[in-house]
Amino acid sequence: MEFLRAFLVGGLLCGIGQILIDRTKLTPARILTGYVVTGVILSAIGLYGPIADFAGAGASVPLTGFGHLLAKGVKKAVEAEGFLGVFKGGITASAAGISASVLFGLLVSVIFKTHEK
Amino acid sequence: MNMSKKEYAEYVKNLEPASPHLKNFIKAFLIGGAICILGQILLNMYMSFGLDRDNASAAVSITLIGLSALLTGFGIYDKIAKHAGAGTLVPITGFANSIVSEALEFKSEGYILGMCANMFKLAGPVLVMGISASIFYGIILLFL
Repeated sequence: MEFLRAFLVGGLLCGIGQILIDRTKLTPARILTGYVVTGVILSAIGLYGPIADFAGAGASVPLTGFGHLLAKGVKKAVEAEGFLGVFKGGITASAAGISASVLFGLLVSVIFKTHEK
Repeated sequence: MNMSKKEYAEYVKNLEPASPHLKNFIKAFLIGGAICILGQILLNMYMSFGLDRDNASAAVSITLIGLSALLTGFGIYDKIAKHAGAGTLVPITGFANSIVSEALEFKSEGYILGMCANMFKLAGPVLVMGISASIFYGIILLFL
């Protein structure tokens, strides 16, 4: 059942993105930034937490989940450290993804060549 | 409805141009959902290794990012993306795909000012806006 929930919620989040591509003039970059910021906002108002509990990877794999992770990290850090937490929380929580992006991005780019599009 | 295969093929063909958006939506839904199922499989696997939920989730991100970067290097991710649209853009794999794609495209202009400088051409705005939004949220939390 958790696979079905991950599939449905993750699929829906991607489907909404597709509607934005087809029906609006938003570029992929704008859609992605929109998704992350939306994730932060939904997390801040307490909506994304329950979605994440329900959908598991269906909520954490789409980029809204990245926003949720940033917001969750800031909340935790502010509660523990106050003002400094504002600066530390977000990136601390999302450090693994950001570091992995840099590392794998660099490694693969050094090794491979560009492909014909 | 009774119709031959040929009639049915014509019937479907007539329907297609009217709803390319529906077709795109379904493809994005299916492929995006499938990537999330893969994420869930990995999440369960890492949790069975003894990681707590947050760490397992971080490990899933690392795995998916690595996998997507590699598939982009081989040119496979972009082949899937042609069909999937937002289905391969919205998941974290799309984030990694954009990094490798931009880096490879600008590799010919040099490693530092070409590859490294352009790696985060699309991912950079995502980080800037996402991190800024979270900082803004943190400031609000201070006053609550």
